[in-house]
Amino acid sequence: MDFATIVEILDSAVRLGTPLLLACLAGLFSERAGIFDIGLEGKMLMAAFFSGAVAAVTGNAWLGLLAGVGGSMSLAFVHGLASITFRGNQLISGVAVNFLASGFTVLIAQSWFHQGGRTPQLSGNGRFEPITLPGAEAVKDVPVIGQIYANLLSGHSILVYVAFAMVPITWWVLFRTRFGLRLRAVGENPESVDTAGISVIRLRYTAVAITGVLAGLGGVYLATGLAAGFVKEMTAGRGYIALAALIFAKWRPVPALGATMLFGLLEAISNRYPNIDLGVITLPIQFMQAVPYILTVIILAGFIGKAIPPRAGGQPYVKER
Amino acid sequence: MEKTPKWVDVALIPVLNLLIAFVISGIVVLLIGEDPVKAIKVMVSGALGSPYGWGYTLYYSTNFIFTGLAVAVAYHASQFNIGGEGQATLGGLGVALVLLAVPWPHWTIALVAAMFGGALFGAAWAAIPAWLQAKRGSHIVITTIMFNFIGASVLNYMLVNVLRPPRSMDPATARFPAATHLPTFHDIPLVGQFFSKSVPANVSFFIAILACWLVWILIWRTKLGFEIRAFGRSEPAARYAGISPVKIVMAAMLISGGLAGLMAINNVMGEAHRLVLNSVEGAGFIGIAVALMGRNHPFGVFLAALLFGFLYQGGGELALETTIPRELITVIQALVILFTGAFDNMLRAPIESFFVARANARKEA
Amino acid sequence: MVETGTTEAGRQATAALATPEGAPAIELKGISKAFGTVQANKDISIRVMPGTIHGIIGENGAGKSTLMSILYGFYKADAGEIWIKGRHTPIPDSEAAIKAGIGMVFQHFKLVQNFTVLENIILGVEDGALLRPSLAKARKELKRLAEEYELNVDPDETIEELSVGHQQRVEILKALYRQADILILDEPTGVLTPAEADHLFRILDNLRREGKTIILITHKLREIMEITDTVSVMRRGEMTATVKTAETSPEQLAELMVGRKVLLNVTKTKAEPGRTVLEVENLSVKDEDGVERLKGIDLTIRAGEILGIAGVAGNGQSELLEVLGGFATGTGTIRINGEEIDLTGKHSDGQSRRRRGIAHVPEDRHRLGLILDFTAWENMVFGYHADPAYQKNSFVMDNAGIVSHTAEAMERFDVRPPIPTLPAKSFSGGNQQKIVLAREIERNPDLLLVGQPTRGVDIGAIEFIHKRLVELRDQGAAILLVSVELDEIRSLSDRVAVMFDGRIMGHGPVESATQTGMGCLMAGLGGDDVRGMDGWTISDEAAPEETD
Repeated sequence: MDFATIVEILDSAVRLGTPLLLACLAGLFSERAGIFDIGLEGKMLMAAFFSGAVAAVTGNAWLGLLAGVGGSMSLAFVHGLASITFRGNQLISGVAVNFLASGFTVLIAQSWFHQGGRTPQLSGNGRFEPITLPGAEAVKDVPVIGQIYANLLSGHSILVYVAFAMVPITWWVLFRTRFGLRLRAVGENPESVDTAGISVIRLRYTAVAITGVLAGLGGVYLATGLAAGFVKEMTAGRGYIALAALIFAKWRPVPALGATMLFGLLEAISNRYPNIDLGVITLPIQFMQAVPYILTVIILAGFIGKAIPPRAGGQPYVKER
Repeated sequence: MEKTPKWVDVALIPVLNLLIAFVISGIVVLLIGEDPVKAIKVMVSGALGSPYGWGYTLYYSTNFIFTGLAVAVAYHASQFNIGGEGQATLGGLGVALVLLAVPWPHWTIALVAAMFGGALFGAAWAAIPAWLQAKRGSHIVITTIMFNFIGASVLNYMLVNVLRPPRSMDPATARFPAATHLPTFHDIPLVGQFFSKSVPANVSFFIAILACWLVWILIWRTKLGFEIRAFGRSEPAARYAGISPVKIVMAAMLISGGLAGLMAINNVMGEAHRLVLNSVEGAGFIGIAVALMGRNHPFGVFLAALLFGFLYQGGGELALETTIPRELITVIQALVILFTGAFDNMLRAPIESFFVARANARKEA
Repeated sequence: MVETGTTEAGRQATAALATPEGAPAIELKGISKAFGTVQANKDISIRVMPGTIHGIIGENGAGKSTLMSILYGFYKADAGEIWIKGRHTPIPDSEAAIKAGIGMVFQHFKLVQNFTVLENIILGVEDGALLRPSLAKARKELKRLAEEYELNVDPDETIEELSVGHQQRVEILKALYRQADILILDEPTGVLTPAEADHLFRILDNLRREGKTIILITHKLREIMEITDTVSVMRRGEMTATVKTAETSPEQLAELMVGRKVLLNVTKTKAEPGRTVLEVENLSVKDEDGVERLKGIDLTIRAGEILGIAGVAGNGQSELLEVLGGFATGTGTIRINGEEIDLTGKHSDGQSRRRRGIAHVPEDRHRLGLILDFTAWENMVFGYHADPAYQKNSFVMDNAGIVSHTAEAMERFDVRPPIPTLPAKSFSGGNQQKIVLAREIERNPDLLLVGQPTRGVDIGAIEFIHKRLVELRDQGAAILLVSVELDEIRSLSDRVAVMFDGRIMGHGPVESATQTGMGCLMAGLGGDDVRGMDGWTISDEAAPEETD
């Protein structure tokens, strides 16, 4: 395996890891505020469809982005209503959101485009095209550093760079701002926030809305960056892998980057080498596909450090008598 | 304190929630330019208008009874088992292995063996998340989701690399011997004349009904059921009473997984006569809607499973006869879960306060 | 001098307490609040003058906490007005309360466990969108407050690392940092050691001297007498009186609290202890975090006697009940009727204990003793449900038999209403406790473990419960009684043991136990008061001299 191949695999890992990263950070905001979200999958799917559909009709990826984020946020609002206003079971709500997206996208896609639940192929301005970083062409033949710059760092769509920039931004918002302090507090002990005269409801809705935006961006990238259009069930469990990554990262932004890129790398490797021969045994592709889930179970089991979720997570806030 | 009559909880609220889900679905149908009234007519005639339709409706219902009971049993122990899909997948593997391993002389013996195999594999697939929850506190919702994906990979591997007959390109097992085929409704004396040979509903339906009755006995009449309900309502109190949390979580989840795995006698043994990829077709998830709708009571689960069987078959007809894709059913299913599960308080709070107010008014009068 | 506050005369008398030159810091006018059919507060009026400490005293469930929650904007009153510093100030939410200068220290602290002290202090009153300047400002202010009021805490420590007493200081600091000049404390000493409580009172005294107004909610008469200037008594949602502390006595307050003279003593004959039922040697228990909560306990109880365990809550009494009752594991030796029982493993659970003749009325009946959603009959066999008597055959339980058995037991224990199919949550506290008591006493256990038997129970039921416990003793049962009510320990027990910090500081006959002596032991101190108690065995762990 030569260096160019390694760069290629890493490049592919970045692409595949990006939707996971956006969804993972999305989940981070929600869960840090005490709202469990197993509906990331559905939000991404909804965003993927609406961005694909609107981009196909208008030929403008940016309009597609707006529509996609809007679709994702509408589901975020449903989840907020269920979890915050009606104090329902957040897990059940998440399940419902996923099915809603899964059925709704095909229903509308079929009605609008009659292509068996797809949207038309995107091209030109309908997609987010790769951005070539300055000087990439010039240095692409320089060994190692030039290769890395031109082939790994350069040449991604804008959303990839946005996703990476979101990591430090999320960290800064969470740990350096008033909003972040309150957000973390409401996920740990909502009473502390309520007695301090801050609205738990407003804070949690804000968090859920941010989740909608970020998960939406993840879905938009799937349909307009990674692929060229929406395909039925195109998220293919990525929302759940992002959830797995969030647990893996113990609800922290920087480890979230590591976890999602690791899972992206696993997918990139299994795409390139379906069966990996380790000499003694051959790892089948099915095993590679299952690795993120297996790793998450191991993490959850606490065999590699304990993953402690935000203390008030999953519980609707009810003022005590 | 108890001012709300029981019928409000078990009948009025579920029915109202269902109604809202249907109304919204109707609006969706309108939005995609179709006629909801016609859609309902197509669904009703397709699913209930002929013995043929009933043959499919009851076949689907059988699947949903098993997965609905699976979710309900776990729920009584306050465990939310989202892993029905994976457990039913593995149950299918168990059934296939049992049926292919031995040349069974008669379907009755084969059925008993297949039930054992399906339940065992389903229970085994629930056992690991259950053990991790009980012993290590790993959230069972997340682990069962993960096990759905891992289960799909396991099945994929088994079908592609192990069970696929030589020279077959299809990722599926060989056909099961004819002796193991279950009698369908067509083969049942007296009623058989009404059903054509091709209807998939089979004797598993009666086993599903039997399972409802047994689950009812288990939950409300046995010591184990008492302990499961006690643990589900209050874990600290259960520990005070000497009820072992590990034992209850394991027992409830093994029974739950076993019930999900039992589904395979219907879809794998009774209908497909071989094991294919994705044979569960989301029935494990529909079990969540069925259990919520049925208020986790076996009789409620039975009724809700009939409803979803109707929706599933009717949805299939809809896709054939109109331009509405069958995903409409997924939307309805999602709305049912949303309104009976997550939005439960939306109706419950005002209705309950109405009854409290009425009771107070009576008291004062 | 005592006035009844709900009458016109009472209201005028209350008004007479106001000093003419200034408006009261807080004035509540005719506050009423109902939860469903329960009238939690009924036409309540108080005025509290600035720079004073006003006590509000009453039994559990008298409506004290509801009233203060209304004042802090947690609940909206159905009727009535709130006046702060002479101005009508509606308080629709906590934000308005904070703006009006009200700070509240809840019984259960509202702190974020994994935040630092500083982060908790600034939460909700940050100076801008960025944290850094707010944190710096809070650090400076905290230092000033610490010096001024003896409120020392490390600003960078996380809350979970702090002791309960220090956590409470953070709550007070939070209020002061928000410029509160009216401070409400809800049962602040319940979780404190006597030394910590003394320190708290010194802080409160300092605050009063600086002109702050303090409302102290408690059910402990001693605290009222020690620190307050005026005191209001609440009973069943009503304000029964407001008096000057200097002009009243504990006896009078007690009478006002319960509405009649309190019988502090239970009529019982002298114990006639028989064979040894329970022997405990070197019993230790660790909690989930590995912290030792019981540190080598030795005790024995004989048939026909009640051993009372006194102590401030949280000194290992709960763990002692839990390990004896079979839902905590421990090390050491426990013998029941001379036979050793398992402390870990399969045979250490609650059902094994019950088979050995150990019954247990737990401290927290809502959390442990009952399943509130279960019916009375299901609760009546809860924990004994595996008993062969309740099985119809080897598969199913004899539900009909249990229902009729429950109906009889409810009759005998005067549970009202005596309807076995009603869910437990629809009974009153006293009746719930009677269901638990009936379940545990009925089987004539050799050893009965009882925790806080009368907490949240009305007076009538208290007498009934006490009588039943003495009867059980007279039938030859050994009883271990844990209570934070010293009066209950003194009136029920034959022997008393005092626990502090997971150890038994001393034990001896109830007759020679003095209030001050037991108080010292509860604080882990030895000294003359303790040595003066005849027949008492004092642990070496008790500090030889009082260090106060």
